[in-house]
Amino acid sequence: MMEQIIQPWPWYVAGILIGLIVPALLILGNKTFGISSNLRHVCAACFPADIKFFKYDWKKEIWNFFFVGGIFAGAFLANYFLMTDAPIAVSPALQSELAGYGLTDYSYMLPKELFSFEALLTVRGFIIMVIGGFLVGFGTRYAGGCTSGHAIMGLSNLQWPSLVATICFMVGGFLMANIILPWILSL
Amino acid sequence: MNNEKVQNIDSNTACVNASEQQHPGWYNVKYTIVGIIFGIVFVKAEIISWFRIQEMFRLQSFHMFGVIGTAVSVGAISVFLIKKFNVKTIHGEKIVIADKEFNKGQIYGGLLFGFGWALTGACPGPLFAHIGAGFYAVLVVIASAVAGTWTYGYFRDKLPH
Repeated sequence: MMEQIIQPWPWYVAGILIGLIVPALLILGNKTFGISSNLRHVCAACFPADIKFFKYDWKKEIWNFFFVGGIFAGAFLANYFLMTDAPIAVSPALQSELAGYGLTDYSYMLPKELFSFEALLTVRGFIIMVIGGFLVGFGTRYAGGCTSGHAIMGLSNLQWPSLVATICFMVGGFLMANIILPWILSL
Repeated sequence: MNNEKVQNIDSNTACVNASEQQHPGWYNVKYTIVGIIFGIVFVKAEIISWFRIQEMFRLQSFHMFGVIGTAVSVGAISVFLIKKFNVKTIHGEKIVIADKEFNKGQIYGGLLFGFGWALTGACPGPLFAHIGAGFYAVLVVIASAVAGTWTYGYFRDKLPH
């Protein structure tokens, strides 16, 4: 049992557990699953700047900060107690592509060559961390949700606008990963 | 007209599902417990891995499609059962799920988020998980994401919806 927990979990185990978050939040307190809203609540709590979009009672949404606090704690527990030292298994096709950009470190979930404080001073590291993060924050709020709010919660509730959003997430991701990112990585 | 529409979206994006009931603050710990399970799954199934997201967008691995597809199926069956059997919350309240209203933001914003997702290899949930897993440089990505959200709020009335 412990041997299986230490190994990476298969997709169906993860999918079932994530899917169950939807009814868990609804039954525990009528809450809809959605993580990117927290970015808005941070703005509302810390920098409302008299912008109408951030003037609402964010304290009513404080449950979501507790939820995110749990994600921190869960990630901490899994990383320190439930992991092996084995490198991440990555498909050979991706490995050979990344090697062309000098990315060969598979010791962590993120390539350390791109995600570190030193990498911020490189052009590609800056684009990936700073511009990428900005697009995540701007795009999710513009779309009214992210993978959790639209792709999982919205599709679970058979909302067609969420299907539109999810298709656009995927189209944007395909374009970036296959067409624009190779150019950025070669900078 | 545009302003009226934006107002409309407001009511759909903030506090849509706020329960009418008042509870002591420590009741929120139940959401932390759900979050802990979520955080463990994120790390153990390598959903927070930049490499897994790159494989997904290059169609080099089934893993992420399997995760999302299974999650949506389980979520949809759960929502269906909750509605069919009129399941109440543990506090006896009727479960209400607000409908999502369409606006063009789902297209423009969706594409922009897609770009960001492929760049950072993370949607908002995994960003928070990275910090828990000790990858502190991702704090920069989160700060940028907050700045992006704030910028959206600032220019919101001028953007097409």
